[in-house]
Amino acid sequence: MMVPISWYLIFAAALFSIGLFGVLSRKNAIAILMSIELMLNAVNINLVAFWRYSYSLEISGQAFAVMVFAVAAAEVAVGLAIFISVYRRRGTISADEIDLLKW
Amino acid sequence: MNIESIIWLIPFPPLIAFFLIVLITNRRKKASHTIAICAALISWLLSLLVYWFASSIDNLGQNPIVSSIPWIPTGDSWLQIGVQFDPLTAVTIFFVAWTVLMIFIYSVGYHNFGHPKGDHDRPGLPPHGATVSDVHGHKNLVPSIEPMYSRFFAFIGLFAFGMYLLVVSNNLLTLFIGWEIMGLCSYILIGFWYAKLSARAAMIKAFLTTRVGDVFMLLGIVYLYSKTGTLYFRDILYNPEVLHELGTTASGFLGFSVAGLIGLLLFIGAVGKSAQWPLHVWLPDAMEGPTPVSAMIHAATMVSAGVYLTLRIFPLLAAGMEHGHPTQIMNIIAFIGTFTAIFAATIAIAQNDIKRVLAYSTISQLGFMFAAIGIGAYIAAAFHLVMHAFFKALLFLGSGSVIHGMEHGIYHTGEHIDPQDMFNMGGLRKRMPVTFITFVIGGLALAGFPLITAGFWSKDEIFADAFGHNHWVVFITLALAALLTAYYTMRQITLTFLGESRTDAAEHAHESVWTMTLPLIILAFFAIVLGWVGIPEDFPFIGNIIPNYAHDFVGETLLAEPETVNFEFHPLITSIIVSLGGLGLGWIVYRKIKSGAVDPAKKALGPIFVILENKYYFDELYDFLFVKPAYRVAENFSYKWMDRKIIDGAIHWVAQMSIVIGSFLRNFIDKPIVNGFGDWVGESTKKLGTVFRSIQTGRVQQYMLLALVTLAGFTALLYYLLVAGH
Repeated sequence: MMVPISWYLIFAAALFSIGLFGVLSRKNAIAILMSIELMLNAVNINLVAFWRYSYSLEISGQAFAVMVFAVAAAEVAVGLAIFISVYRRRGTISADEIDLLKW
Repeated sequence: MNIESIIWLIPFPPLIAFFLIVLITNRRKKASHTIAICAALISWLLSLLVYWFASSIDNLGQNPIVSSIPWIPTGDSWLQIGVQFDPLTAVTIFFVAWTVLMIFIYSVGYHNFGHPKGDHDRPGLPPHGATVSDVHGHKNLVPSIEPMYSRFFAFIGLFAFGMYLLVVSNNLLTLFIGWEIMGLCSYILIGFWYAKLSARAAMIKAFLTTRVGDVFMLLGIVYLYSKTGTLYFRDILYNPEVLHELGTTASGFLGFSVAGLIGLLLFIGAVGKSAQWPLHVWLPDAMEGPTPVSAMIHAATMVSAGVYLTLRIFPLLAAGMEHGHPTQIMNIIAFIGTFTAIFAATIAIAQNDIKRVLAYSTISQLGFMFAAIGIGAYIAAAFHLVMHAFFKALLFLGSGSVIHGMEHGIYHTGEHIDPQDMFNMGGLRKRMPVTFITFVIGGLALAGFPLITAGFWSKDEIFADAFGHNHWVVFITLALAALLTAYYTMRQITLTFLGESRTDAAEHAHESVWTMTLPLIILAFFAIVLGWVGIPEDFPFIGNIIPNYAHDFVGETLLAEPETVNFEFHPLITSIIVSLGGLGLGWIVYRKIKSGAVDPAKKALGPIFVILENKYYFDELYDFLFVKPAYRVAENFSYKWMDRKIIDGAIHWVAQMSIVIGSFLRNFIDKPIVNGFGDWVGESTKKLGTVFRSIQTGRVQQYMLLALVTLAGFTALLYYLLVAGH
């Protein structure tokens, strides 16, 4: 007996919500980055779950997930580099204090 | 080449000369006068050729040489212009050709050709003389050449064209064109020295005064055309039916017949051109022009044109004449002519300027001619016209020579005197013998010296006609005028040439150059012998020697040849008495004038002389009647009222209204609505920006939250619309 797809979806939604909450509420930029990772992984779970229940003969779902991993890794690399640069300039990586978008 | 073509060609050489000089040779003085004189010579030659040919035609008056071409289409017919050569044309062109040629030649000397350029001369002023050094190093002031030498010859060329055109015309229209060309040239040449204020005033006066006459003349031409449909002389003047109809139809104006009214209008034109009272005022002032101009335009040709026109339309004037009684219009002409003759003669006795005396004399003599026309003495008038042209041109050229001689004397002595004032002259007979003799011949002709001079025969004929037809008033008045004529002529000769020199300048006067004296001699010749062609056939002793050419030839011009008046002794004796009496009186009164003396006539006549000196105050009268009111009308009506109030007022009103409308649009439309809207858009944008600025915190997490809320909101909306709604 297979676990119904709704369980995966609920789990992924929960994980996404946790990530979203983290992004919106955490002050530390690195924590925000980690929360983004959670949201991306929630997406991956969705992708894989839908693939398993709909198009299991093809590998497009897994390929998508791998692609997301790659993008996430690249994003983290760029994000961390920016944070280091921000830290060097402003001496902090608290999201509240990085208000460069307002002049 | 047939004779008609030659007549066509007569007027054109001077016109061509005018254009050649104006366009090409205007900087080369010698070329200019050569062209002008050659042109005058060609016209002279052609004129005499045609004259010689025409005089061999029997009965030329009834069969004149005519030629015409269509010129302007008038509806379904053509307005013809053309030339005509009848006896009146012949005698007129004879004196025109001679005087014009003589005056052209004379102008070369008069304008000091061959002399150096003046020290301070400038265009628009008479030459002031040039300083030259002789071999010993002495500096002498000599006459200098006229700065606008070429221009002068161009204009007199144009003038000659106008006169020839007028004479050979066979219709009133081309005659009028020639008439107006001459008027223009007269205006230009009176003001030839345009830098002189007096010359400018004189030119305007001449132009405006003759214009008064010309307007009436044009009216007459139009009236004639509307009544007859033609302006062609032979269709009107030699057509008894037309003449009879014009002469018997009433015009409804003061009882004139149509012919009379047309005659009156044309005659007013002649009054202006021939300077008859009351339009005489311009001619004396016209003496401001160079003397050749005075001689040609204001003595020999242009002023004669008025008499010529009146002679030309004589059949029209005489239309409706019954039993030898003059028509109403002829009485008017006789009155104007007679009155002008005595009126101008009286003024002439009180003038001191040598040219002004001659100017008034011209007016007076033209008055004689009009008087003769008025009493029906057609031939006498034509005869006197020709004689007068010769001797008056001679006198004017002589006076120019005298003035030249005097100027020479003034250059020598350096005196500051008027070279034209006869009281500064005297004794010039020794200095200027040729001028003296020719001037005396001209003067005697003017005075009508018995038997030998031309003026005697022509004047005698007028007297004989006036006496023979019982025009007593005309006869006595003209006799008085003739007495005065002889008197002022002798006054002029005595003051100028006889006695002793009254100034040093007169002592050092000098005979003029041959180009000036040769024309004098030729004209003097005519001033004597030409009169002999008009000796009445029944004149005692000498009447039969030469046939009365004037009467036979000129008389043919009319349909009904005028009868010869029988010879009578009374007019002849009157003529001789007034002539010799006037001459003698003039000599007695003026023979012993000392330098600086007052005119003896002034003592004798007292206040009358002052009136005469001031020309009966006609200039002042016209100034008061016409000039001043014209200025006042111009100032008060045209300028202050019409221009300042009406025209300027209208413009100001428009401007004021524009301002009012403009400020309304500005204050009520532009400022509140257009500007207000623009400002509102800007201000609102600014306010909106301020409002939205507050949510731009720069914090990424708040933006994201906002995005989330928005997304959630839209999602809910979408859900509601797509799912829950159905």
